[in-house]
Amino acid sequence: MDYKDYYKIMGVERDASQNEIKRAYRKLARKYHPDVSSEADAEQRFKEVGEAYEVLKDPEKRAAYDQLGENWKAGNDFTPPPDWDAGFEFSGGGYTGGDASAYSDFFESLFGQRFTASQSGPHAGSQQSGFHARGQDHHAKVLIDLEDAYNGAQRSITLQSPELDNKGQVVNRQRTLNVKIPKGVKQGQRIRLSGQGSPGMGSGAAGDLYLEIEFNPHGMYRVDAHDVYLDLPLTPWEAALGATVKVPTPAGPVDLKIAPETVTGRKLRLKGRGIPAKTPGDLYVVPVITLPAADTDDAKALYEKMQQQLAYNPRSKMGV
Amino acid sequence: MTNKALTGILLDEHIELTLNDLCKACSSPADWIIELVEYGALEPEGKEQLNWRFTADSLHRVHTAMRLQRDLNVNLAGVALALELLDEIANLKAQLCTMTSNNE
Repeated sequence: MDYKDYYKIMGVERDASQNEIKRAYRKLARKYHPDVSSEADAEQRFKEVGEAYEVLKDPEKRAAYDQLGENWKAGNDFTPPPDWDAGFEFSGGGYTGGDASAYSDFFESLFGQRFTASQSGPHAGSQQSGFHARGQDHHAKVLIDLEDAYNGAQRSITLQSPELDNKGQVVNRQRTLNVKIPKGVKQGQRIRLSGQGSPGMGSGAAGDLYLEIEFNPHGMYRVDAHDVYLDLPLTPWEAALGATVKVPTPAGPVDLKIAPETVTGRKLRLKGRGIPAKTPGDLYVVPVITLPAADTDDAKALYEKMQQQLAYNPRSKMGV
Repeated sequence: MTNKALTGILLDEHIELTLNDLCKACSSPADWIIELVEYGALEPEGKEQLNWRFTADSLHRVHTAMRLQRDLNVNLAGVALALELLDEIANLKAQLCTMTSNNE
């Protein structure tokens, strides 16, 4: 088990006052709150900060933690010394959020047992009558490809859920679910699987599982809600003279008519070819005119011919 | 553990929830949801409380509101403000995503 440096996690000195610790916690909690943070590891960091604060905000736990000494470095292999907590009395209220499974093994080894024990009492085990609680909801992200939103897909999802074993200890149980992703989903949309969260206690109902859809970035397409955007490279002559070109779409290639005098950036809408939701999105093709390289004598000669014969100044509107 | 594929409910714009549905789905008291409406954090269709119809994404908003209040000690005005700003960030990100070319 790794030693955790709670002061370092919190970004405070070992002699920080309780007020400094509280300020540091509030700031970090806002920074890493999974609902507001854009940091990739926000959830992990938020839990770490919560755990560090759980210890440092409580003068008794902090004193006990401090007397482990300051020579430990984060990540050192750690076993609590025997009787490390002799002389300390933990009267604190135990876990704050009630989500004991969120804390690390390191925390568990120091402060875990007695809190789990104090939590058990009348609440532990489903054999006890009289206590019923609905299980917790679970939230998870599912990564899918844009093509999956067109065709539907199936994903296997592994979840950890905290449960009380028959000794009243919190254990993490792993389970794998196969979930159908219906076609027509969009980025950020949620699927609710009722009863697939944590089991309830007593006769309490199980919680629900919410899956948030997230698209893998695509090499060609960009997605906005149900609409899909595609940059379509065109040759200057296709754009100038008009043409019929093959265009890829997530549902397979289609022939698209390019009008003469098409310019870069002027979107063409393919109605209903976006994500096939109940109200299907549109596919927008954005022409991008690309130039052939002037890397042969023939190519150069053609460019020179245009230069001589076309009176074209793309900067005329800039007054130069 | 199980091989049978589960089918959930897609929370799309075609789903409507009553106040009662929303309370049940979020395990939260009606009073609290009503307060969220009063602060403008949720905007149900329908004038009378009995006729309120919430969109499915209200479910996610209520969950977010609960977590913000619990974890960051934000009051309801703050929750409403945070939700609005989060919406705006999501919109800006989506716009940025459609404007950024892949061909560079």
